[in-house]
Amino acid sequence: MCLGSALDIFAVGRAPRLTFVDYPLGHSTGKPFDPADQLGIVRAALHGLQTMMRAEELRHLPNQWDTLGQWRANAMRADAGDTRQPRDQTPQFQHAADREAARASGALRD
Amino acid sequence: MTVAYMQAITDRYKALGYTPYRWFRADDAPAWTPLGKRLADARVGVVSTSGAYALGQVAYHYKDDTSIRRIASSTPAADLRFSHITENYLVDARRDPDCLVPLTALRTLAAEGFIGGLADEVFSCMGGVYSQRRVREEIAPALLAGLREQKVDAALLAAM
Repeated sequence: MCLGSALDIFAVGRAPRLTFVDYPLGHSTGKPFDPADQLGIVRAALHGLQTMMRAEELRHLPNQWDTLGQWRANAMRADAGDTRQPRDQTPQFQHAADREAARASGALRD
Repeated sequence: MTVAYMQAITDRYKALGYTPYRWFRADDAPAWTPLGKRLADARVGVVSTSGAYALGQVAYHYKDDTSIRRIASSTPAADLRFSHITENYLVDARRDPDCLVPLTALRTLAAEGFIGGLADEVFSCMGGVYSQRRVREEIAPALLAGLREQKVDAALLAAM
């Protein structure tokens, strides 16, 4: 079961089963600090494993991010520039302390 | 109306003078197999393309990193971290990892018997890899081998 928030990219990828939640990218399993929302989305997606009976079946969840929907216009702006990070080949730790933890565990040797 | 990400990104890169983006498009229909057992008896595996790693593991790099991370499904949300070339989408997940890697929800569903069980380890990769060949030949086989090793009956792929 594929669960995500980019319906057009999903469609051309042709996954066996699809659950779509119409949230901004980065929230495919729910709103932050909303455990009821997260649990409902994951439950609905997994439920599809036993109810979807044909390839590429799609379930569009009814969840709404907000009542305004301004985030969609922001996501479609053509003048947003390139928001990606540089394509660097060094590990990009979220926190500096994570690097030390990786060294301490032996996972990182440099 | 849903967001037309492919068109928006195509337009964005065209405006920047980039070479046109070559989107992946699957030519063939996907393999499809019925679950074959009740969901309440099924062991569920998880894949996240969000660049998640656990405290103590090495973060991803941003130049076609095709490595994967095996993360214990018992990992507390507070010990999950993220590194992905599109860091702008990680703002909320870095505050609450459950909006991209829903281990809390999955543990709840396993505890209540909605699913038969959760794999001991879940898998992550950094979805921003620009070589379709390397995704097909490196990431996909590694994830498949890991899921088979975990003896799961089905898998949830939570996309970034």
